[in-house]
This record gives sequence, structure tokens and C-alpha cells, in this order.
Amino acid sequence: MSEKVYKTGQDASWKELPKAGIIYEAGNAREFKTGDWRVKKPEYYADKCIQCLFCWAYCPESAIIVEDGKVVGIDYDHCKGCGICAVECPDRASAIQMVIE
Amino acid sequence: MAKRVSLSGNEAAAFAMKQIDPDVVAAYPITPSTEIPQYFSQFVANGEVNSEFVAVESEHSAMSACIGASAAGARTMTATSSQGLALMWEMLYIAASMRLPIVMTVANRALSGPINIHNDHSDSMGARDSGWIQLYSESAQEAYDNIIQAIRIAEDPRVSLPVMVCMDGFITSHALETLEVLEDEEVKKFIGEYNPDDFLLNADHPIAMGPLDLQSYYFEHKRQEQDAMDNAKQVILEIAEEYEKLTGRKYSHFEKYALDDADIAVVVLNSTAGTAKVVVDDLRSQGIKAGLLKPRTFRPIPGKEIFDALKNVKAVAVMDKADSFGAYGPLFTDIRNIMFDNKDIKIVNYIYGLGGRDVGTKDIEMVYNDLMDIVKTGKVYEVKKYLGVREKGGEEVWQL
Amino acid sequence: MSTTTAAKMLEIRWHGRGGQGAKTASLLLAQAAFEIGAYMQAFPEYGPERMGAPVTAYTRISNEPIRIHSNIYEPDVEVVIDPTLIGIVDVTSGLKEDGILLVNTPKDPEYVKEKTGFKGKVYTIDASQIALDEIGGNFPNTPMLAAVVKVTGILDEQKFVENMEGNFRKKFAHKLQVVDGNMRALKRAMQEVKGL
Repeated sequence: MSEKVYKTGQDASWKELPKAGIIYEAGNAREFKTGDWRVKKPEYYADKCIQCLFCWAYCPESAIIVEDGKVVGIDYDHCKGCGICAVECPDRASAIQMVIE
Repeated sequence: MAKRVSLSGNEAAAFAMKQIDPDVVAAYPITPSTEIPQYFSQFVANGEVNSEFVAVESEHSAMSACIGASAAGARTMTATSSQGLALMWEMLYIAASMRLPIVMTVANRALSGPINIHNDHSDSMGARDSGWIQLYSESAQEAYDNIIQAIRIAEDPRVSLPVMVCMDGFITSHALETLEVLEDEEVKKFIGEYNPDDFLLNADHPIAMGPLDLQSYYFEHKRQEQDAMDNAKQVILEIAEEYEKLTGRKYSHFEKYALDDADIAVVVLNSTAGTAKVVVDDLRSQGIKAGLLKPRTFRPIPGKEIFDALKNVKAVAVMDKADSFGAYGPLFTDIRNIMFDNKDIKIVNYIYGLGGRDVGTKDIEMVYNDLMDIVKTGKVYEVKKYLGVREKGGEEVWQL
Repeated sequence: MSTTTAAKMLEIRWHGRGGQGAKTASLLLAQAAFEIGAYMQAFPEYGPERMGAPVTAYTRISNEPIRIHSNIYEPDVEVVIDPTLIGIVDVTSGLKEDGILLVNTPKDPEYVKEKTGFKGKVYTIDASQIALDEIGGNFPNTPMLAAVVKVTGILDEQKFVENMEGNFRKKFAHKLQVVDGNMRALKRAMQEVKGL
């Protein structure tokens, strides 16, 4: 398969854009920042966290940042503020709380 | 080596599909194209092809399955008619906009209502703007030849569009005719292996197809479809030339029959063009300079070439086997548009044969006679006429 | 530029009832013509596809490619597979004056002439009886087909018979016992057609 020469983005002409809107880079959803959709923001309190990783498992946007098997913070570029992480965080920990931005 | 065979249009289409041996055929039966999936599923059952036959529950599903298969990277074919094509409607646009090289045979049939199973072109004419290439076929021979060429046209990277091969329902689909077919090996060699650049089952290069495409991009992608159609004009000719070397049968965007020195000409699609040729021969033997232009490529329409082919004709009748109520027939609209800059030519529209009303040589003679009158008087009284419809009733009147 | 005019072409119209095999006969004749090298076209006029409904079918045979794609309005040969259609369907409509009318009936050609008023050549054959005797059912299309070949002389009779045997063996591959009966019906029809 030959290497494709194409451009993306709103300054690309119809001649430069990939045919039929095909998306060639796997996992390029990362480039699409959805953080500004958020009304409420999850605050993460590392001192309360019991590292159950429920938030990481439930987050629909993969916005819980995990390093070496441990939650270290939240990716606010992609978090849409749905609040699922705060609900799933066990009551005895309550390490994530939704706050108005 | 060419083989002489006797086949109906549907048999010829199924036979072409057998020789092409596509990866996937997904189809739902509908009169008059039912026999195509019927024969093809027999080939599958007998192990004569390697295709996966998907028996679906509707034409909408048939086209959806074709789209899925084609996007996955499979060479994909199907067939339908009339209401079936109508039910495929929204998926036709998806196939074209995803630039999937699906090849579909359409045995043309009137759209209901009133309920009718016979031939006219209202089904495929309705799909005119879907982004599919449309090839029309006068006979079973042309249907066979067009289907094989359609694979190459659709899959050419410069085109990458689905192709619809149209033939007249019953008149061609169910008539036994004499034709020449290629050997399986010749077809295989002509169409070659299908190696798409982009396909979903390519694990080395995972891609996403058919994404949401809003104001910032949709328009650009639609503009690309027009570009593909423009490219198709050249590709269709190149492939026709290659096919002629193989078969000796010449194809182009349209066929000119006794047209070069013609004063009057008819433009008509599919099987009626054959009947019109008989009339042209007859008129020519009387010294009347009659000619015929039979479009093969309707989308993309070869505007410049048609303009050149008709430029010396004095009066043209465009015959449409489909109507646009409140406007003109679709073929007429295109032809008159193409000829707009030629003010010397008179162009009229005949709507004919709706719902399978038979058109004989006498009907077509009437059209040529009208054209002779137009040339003589220089006057067109009616631009749009109906050929073969009852204008006056019988004498008996029933009082309700 | 080659031309196909009606003069070089034989046009045959078949009238029957759904289930009697008018369509099959029109196709078989075309197939037989094809196999001796002629160009042909055969097609039924589809209407209500029901047992007993009047059915029309057409066959064209020519030594040149056939381009006309309309129904046949002025046939050279008119074949009436079911005599009860006379009077219901205008079977001689457009039939050329020097054309041929062939009717499946035990009666004589004179009777048919009187009944239809047709002045050209008229032949009759009791195809239903032949079919009952030889095939064991009212399948008059095979003997009618043979009678057409006999009265028109368009195909070499010997070649036609051989060809039909081959076709029957293909068509009835799953019940070869009917082939012999059909072949006997075919041969009898060629001898028993009246009006020659």
C-alpha cells in the first residue's frame, strides 16, 4: 500500500482531504478536545483515593490518568464532566467530587 | 475464445456475475430481476463460485450488507428493480459517498403506483443523483458486457464509485437472445484481482470509514464525488477500448447510429434504441436522413461529446421512459441543457412506454415524422408530448 | 451498415393459456434456431401469471442480429395452442395475408378458415390428443412446436428432432422417462398436421 499524501483540518481543500472522509490515523479521537463541553468539573483528591480504579473503569472518555497502575489525575482536555467517576467512587473514599468550573 | 450462447438478460447478468466471482453478493428478489439472485444462489450452492451469498430480508438490507462488505474490502455485487431500488434509496447515497465500488444490475421497472411490474425507467432515473455511475444496455449482450466493464470502472482508483448497469425489465431481462460471452479465464484476467487501497479489515492500517461529516467537511467530500464522476468519463473510455481489443465489441459513452449526416435524430435509452434502429434503416432506404443517439453512460453524462455528436442535426426528439411531472423527462432535460448554446437545433421531448406500454416501429416512425415537420416548418408547437397514450376514448360511455 | 428488415426475419406469435407451455414453446423454437446458427429472440408477454389465463408469447428468427425490441404486431406465423381462445382473443390480428395460421384442434383447416375468416394458409393439428396419447397429459406445446417446424420449413427437420432430444434430456434430467413420450409426440405431430 502506497503512503497517502493528504491533509486534514479546515484549511485543507477538497483535493487534499482524504477521500470520503476516511480517517487514517488509528486512535486520533485524542486530537479532538472535548473538555470545553464540560459544565461541572471532577476534582480529584489523591489523599482520599483508595486506588480501586472504578473511576478509570467507568469513565466513558478514558479521561482518568493512570500511571504505574495508580490514578494520578484527570485529563481535562477530554473530560466532558459527565460525573460518572464521582458517582462510582466508593462512599468511604469520596476522592472525586463535582464542582462548578 | 468467444462462445455463442442463448441467454435471457437475467441469465446473462447472472452468468457475468458467475464469471466475475465476486466475494460477496447480498440481494433480495424482486420482479423482474428476481432470476439474477436466484441463478446466482444456485451457482453458490453448486460450488461454481467462491462468493458469499447473503440472503437478506429487504433491499434496504441488501444494499446495507453490500456497503458493509465493500467497506470491509470485498468485491461486492447485487441486483434489483423498481420498489427494491426505491427501498435501497438512502443506502445508495451512502454507498456512493463512501466511494464503494459496488456493481448492481437494475432490470428497469416502473415504480408503483399504480401497481405495475413492467418496464420503464422511473426507478433508475429516480436514483440519478445518488452518485452512482449509470450505464444503460440495449440488449442482453450489452448488459453482459457492461457488467464486466463496470467492475473495472468502479474499482479504478481514479473513480472508486458504485456502478448501476440498467437493462429493460422483461423486454431484455426475460427475452431469450443470441449473444457472445467470454471464457471464464478471459473475464478473470480482464477484471484482475481486487486490491482496494482502503478497507476496514486491513489490520495493518486500521481506518475509520463513514464518519460524521458536518459543515466543515461534507461539502468538500461531495465535491470529491463530482471529481470522481469527471474522472469516470475518461476511465470508461479506456476500459471500453481494452474490452474492444478482447471482444471486438465497441463501446463508448453513447452509440451513434447513422448520425453523422443526419437532419433528424432520436435520443433514446435501452431496448427502444434497437427498435429505433430498424426505423432509421427504413427511413434511410427512403432517402430520409434519420439518425439515432443511444446514450450508454447517463451518469456521468458526456456533455461535450453529445454536443459535438448532435451539433449538425436540425431537430432532435429525446424519448424518456420516465416522467418528471410538472417538468420534462430527465434525459430531455440533460440533452437540451447540453445543446443550449446551439440555437439552430430544435429539441422536443416524448414521454413513452410508461408502465410497459409497448413501443413499436410505428410509434417511433411517428416521432421521426414529427421531426420532419419541425424541420420543414421551423416551428415547435409542443415541447413535451406523450407517445402512445390514449388521448381520446372510445364511443361507449358508461354512466355511473 | 447491416440492416435487419422484416423481410429477412420470421416472426411467430403464440396464443395459449397459462400452463399450456406457450412460453416454453416460444423459447424451445428459438433455442432450436439458435443451435443451427440463426439469430433469435423469444419472450412472453407477461400478464397475470395464472393457470388458464390467456398468454401471448413471441419468437423471432433471423439470419442477422435482431435489434427490434417490441411485441410482434404483424406476425408471419400465428400459433393457437388453445382453440377455445378463438373468439375470445383476436388471434389473427395483424397476421400477414400470406401468413400461416396453425391451430390445435381435431377439426379440419376449412373449419378454422370459416371460424376466423383468415384467407391465408391454415393448418390444424390435434396436439392435445397426441399429447394425451404419448405424454400422458394435456401438454400440447411439444406437438405444436413440431407442427410449426413442419409447416414453416424454417428449420431442418432432422436437425430439429435431434436438437429437441438433446434439449429434453437436459430439461428433464431428473425424470428421463418423459423424454421418450415427448419425442414420440414430436414425430407424430410432424406427420399428422392437416392442411399440407
